[in-house]
Amino acid sequence: MRAALQAWLSYWRRQPVQLLLLVLGLAMATGLWSAVQAINAEARANYAKALEQTGSGVLDVLIPAQGTIPVDRYVALRRAGWKLAPVLEGRWRLRNDSYTLIGVDLLNHPVLPALTDAAMAEGTSPLAALTPPGRLFADPALRDELAGLPDIPPVTWSDSVPAGTILTDIAVAERLLQKSGEISRLLILPDQPQNLAPLQQLAPGLIRQSPADSGASTRLTDSFHLNLTAFGLLSFAVGLFIVHATVGLAFEQRRGLVRTLRALGLPLHHLILLAAGELLLLALTAGALGLVFGYLVAAALLPDVAATLRGLYGAPVEGGLTLRPTWFASGLGMAILGTTVAGSQALWNLTRLPLLSAPGQHSWSVRNEQAYRWMAVVGAALIGAGILAVVIFDGLIAGFVLTGGLMLGTALTLPAGLSLLLDLGARRARSVTAQWVWADTKAQLPGLSLALMALLLALATNVGVGTMVSSFRLTFLGWMDQRLSADVYVTARTDSQGAEMARWFDEQNITALPIRWSETAVNGTPVRIYGVVDDELYRDNWPILSAQDKVWDKVMSGQAVLVNEQLARRDGLGPGSALQLTAGWELPVAGVYSDYGNPNGQAIVALPALLERHPDIPFRQFGLRLDPQKVPDVLRQLRGRFDLPARALVDQAGIKARSLEIFDKTFVVTGALNILTLGVACFAILTSLLTIWRQRQPQLAPVWALGMTRARLAQLELLRSALLAALTALFALPLGLVIAWVLLSVINVEAFGWQLPMFLFPLDWLRLFVLTLLAALIAAAWPARKLSRTEPADLLRVFVNER
Amino acid sequence: MNVNTLLILLLAFCPAMALSQGFAGLGTRAEGFAVPERGTPLTFPADHGAHPDYRIEWWYLTANLRDQDGVEYGIQWTLFRSALEPVERAGWSSPQLWMGHAALTTPEQHFVAERLARGGIGQAGVTAAPFAAWIDNWRMEGPDINTLSLTAGGSDFAYDLQLRADGPFVLHGDRGYSVKSASGQASYYYSQPAYEISGVLTTPDGPVTVTGNGWLDREWSSQPLASDQTGWDWFSLSFDSGDRLMAFQLRDSGDGYSSGTWIGADGTVTPLAPGAFDAQVLEQTEVNGHAIPTGWSLSLPAQDLDVSVRALNPDSWMETSFPYWEGPVRISGSHSGRGYLEMTGYDRE
Repeated sequence: MRAALQAWLSYWRRQPVQLLLLVLGLAMATGLWSAVQAINAEARANYAKALEQTGSGVLDVLIPAQGTIPVDRYVALRRAGWKLAPVLEGRWRLRNDSYTLIGVDLLNHPVLPALTDAAMAEGTSPLAALTPPGRLFADPALRDELAGLPDIPPVTWSDSVPAGTILTDIAVAERLLQKSGEISRLLILPDQPQNLAPLQQLAPGLIRQSPADSGASTRLTDSFHLNLTAFGLLSFAVGLFIVHATVGLAFEQRRGLVRTLRALGLPLHHLILLAAGELLLLALTAGALGLVFGYLVAAALLPDVAATLRGLYGAPVEGGLTLRPTWFASGLGMAILGTTVAGSQALWNLTRLPLLSAPGQHSWSVRNEQAYRWMAVVGAALIGAGILAVVIFDGLIAGFVLTGGLMLGTALTLPAGLSLLLDLGARRARSVTAQWVWADTKAQLPGLSLALMALLLALATNVGVGTMVSSFRLTFLGWMDQRLSADVYVTARTDSQGAEMARWFDEQNITALPIRWSETAVNGTPVRIYGVVDDELYRDNWPILSAQDKVWDKVMSGQAVLVNEQLARRDGLGPGSALQLTAGWELPVAGVYSDYGNPNGQAIVALPALLERHPDIPFRQFGLRLDPQKVPDVLRQLRGRFDLPARALVDQAGIKARSLEIFDKTFVVTGALNILTLGVACFAILTSLLTIWRQRQPQLAPVWALGMTRARLAQLELLRSALLAALTALFALPLGLVIAWVLLSVINVEAFGWQLPMFLFPLDWLRLFVLTLLAALIAAAWPARKLSRTEPADLLRVFVNER
Repeated sequence: MNVNTLLILLLAFCPAMALSQGFAGLGTRAEGFAVPERGTPLTFPADHGAHPDYRIEWWYLTANLRDQDGVEYGIQWTLFRSALEPVERAGWSSPQLWMGHAALTTPEQHFVAERLARGGIGQAGVTAAPFAAWIDNWRMEGPDINTLSLTAGGSDFAYDLQLRADGPFVLHGDRGYSVKSASGQASYYYSQPAYEISGVLTTPDGPVTVTGNGWLDREWSSQPLASDQTGWDWFSLSFDSGDRLMAFQLRDSGDGYSSGTWIGADGTVTPLAPGAFDAQVLEQTEVNGHAIPTGWSLSLPAQDLDVSVRALNPDSWMETSFPYWEGPVRISGSHSGRGYLEMTGYDRE
């Protein structure tokens, strides 16, 4: 047995490169999968933490139909017997940015790990949180922001606090947020007393919301994670192609050894045990390597993911990565599972290997013709099912089913399609060599088809996601140009300073457009109503999607409202429909405008109309219309005249750059995954080529014997690889475009609430095409070089051995 | 452990909580709070209301009840006030914290509920005249403290009772100045031990009409216990003879400290000297993992009293933020009757 083991494993000593490929392939597959898992797990853990901290994860909540809930209303409900826990939440502006400040009634709130942990760790009394000056519990990442700020309570740093969030008692929160006597929502606690008057009767103005239907942001982030998971699975699948190919190769090349061992009397089950043990060892080694690789990739990408989720969806995610045991288990599990799947065929073949006879080399081409047809039929069915899913069902999942069906279906039809194309090529070929090349390429197809499918998927994803990303960016840029049309934005410290500023702008003859809004809720979800003054800036630049005639006249006269696309889609609004803004204030919708990147509803009315209903809204922000040359001058004057913090003055270019930066981070992640997937696909081709290398010798030897040089053969080998890749790319392009369309017009609408126009980027395709050819050439380079270096004696031996 | 438990451990909330000496020493130091002084006369109805300048205070009502079939019940309605600072402020920043405990005991079952609130927003509080003590929808209120309606409930029980008393208030200790340790810790302490009660209890089995007697304790202080005191046993007993006894013993590492008040059927009030009565454990019951003395032998030679006091339901465990044992008892021996027993600190022994 020991001798058998030595003999069995000695193979790798002779083929270190193959061993390296196998381990690397599996490691890459595991790594990409693990990376995506780590990112997802981290982000989800962050959401979970956020939900846990606010109690909104499991409990029903009462939210106001409009505005906030007065404390008196809360007390009235408590005195009616309802066990509720109040939460006051708001954005707290610090030096550079604003953060979520959550105030809870510490006496009645469900368990807050942040507080108990901190109290346990620091030995600080929880009483300190209740007695002045109170205590803040903050995400340690906010250390710099909070350091040295005057007039803030002492801070306890706790990892249990959601990212970018500060927790405190409600008494402190209402002081810091200047929202005295206001409550954002009430958690409905478990174990309510018997025989209570129903909430609808006690508090008709409050809306009860279950955790399931709260949070459009959950939906958004879900879609993002679904995207990532799809990428992860894809990478893993592509990786498995590699493992399959390499394991196949290793077994193929050890056939002689197997025959010898079996002939020497080694029982079959020992042999199987040897092989299985070897696979397990490989899986564990590669899995471990993959985990390291995955961790590195995840750690590199996570800050961007976090920035994306924070910036685009407002979901709290930290940039740091925590190692979770489940992650290890899942990574290694996938490695072992993958190896099992990829290696089972090889093991099966091992059991079936005739003891003495040489393996046949014929007829598999014919057999595979039939297999292709079947695969094509199944593929077509999958595509059909995907389309059917979208027709019958709505929603994100249907969109992804369509994407999955399209991709998998097309991948399955690929061999049949390629076979057809190669037949066509062969028919066109005139020279004998050309005919042989076409035919030989087709003969290679079975061994390469898995790798080519992987390539197809990688390419299509690349085209699809790339098109979506670029369309997104282009639309967004255009939109920003329209939307951020004022030249300078100013924020006053207080309302009185705002009023003073307005007077000063008047004196200086500067056109200043006040930016004033009121937070409210329409049908239970937050909506920000902006009041605007009549100005060409709006009339000329506002990105209107659809509108009635004289839309601005109607809006400015206070007779109509404009809504953003998100609100329009959510509530089924369009020009002509009516919208109830607050109690007793209903206006017809005059138009819909695009508002990318904003998860919430928004409406625009004439400022006087808004002030009539909400006279107390802040008066602090202005957009200034200036001659660009005057901008620096006015900025300087403003700073001199008013005591303003640095962030109070923003010129338009700055806003654009910052927004774009946040936006681009979204795509860094997808871009990186794209490249990695393509890399893995290229690797799959390489290993497949190496696998069939051994089979190739008997096929090439006769051609060589007929007088074709080895160098020529090697060239043809490269050409063949490039040809297959090119043909695959031809399939990938339309698939990618269809995917892009699905992403933009189906998934985007479902996930984000806005549709995007699709732009085509032929240059990108060309680049990708070249990249693919390059990848194919690189993949084929080593086998080709090997071929060109093959000793004539080896080629001759083919004839000796086989016939 | 949740945040509330932590908070309450530190709050020295009720008699039981006042025993958490090791956590913050709140029980022993007054730190700006008013301190009871011997000789200060109690004034009514003002003193029925809250005393925010004292650290802790409670309105503590227990009652022994009976339905038409003679089945016995006990109820408890307690409102605790604990101040973090000796002031009251409007709004959430109020330093006055309130905690309500309600319980309903049957011979087989024991139901408990708890409520927490802070002052300043109106969720809980006490007004003297007309009298009202409330937390959430639990209320003890009436035109005056002698005529009350009492409601409370949890997810599995509720009660709605009418209370009526004619007798005078009993001032414990020296005209309401009640000494709690040999080193002089004291509280203001008076009782109304003679409420006639009728009303309805609701258990998972349905509503039951009951009648019986109730006992209200009012106590406030800023430093109720000495630092080595670990728990207490408190008895409020109504004998069929018409006599009543309030007796407590505070356990410590030494002999402990005991005191009480004998209330004669004719209304005469006799404070008991420290050590005047003797309490011995007759039987223990394993409750919630702790050995709880649910049977006591009580003797007060001065009144020829020698009785056994046994729990109606030994499982009367108050599983609240800070757990303790409290439940109705039956009295037999030289005197017979009904009463209530509260025992704290056994979960730490």
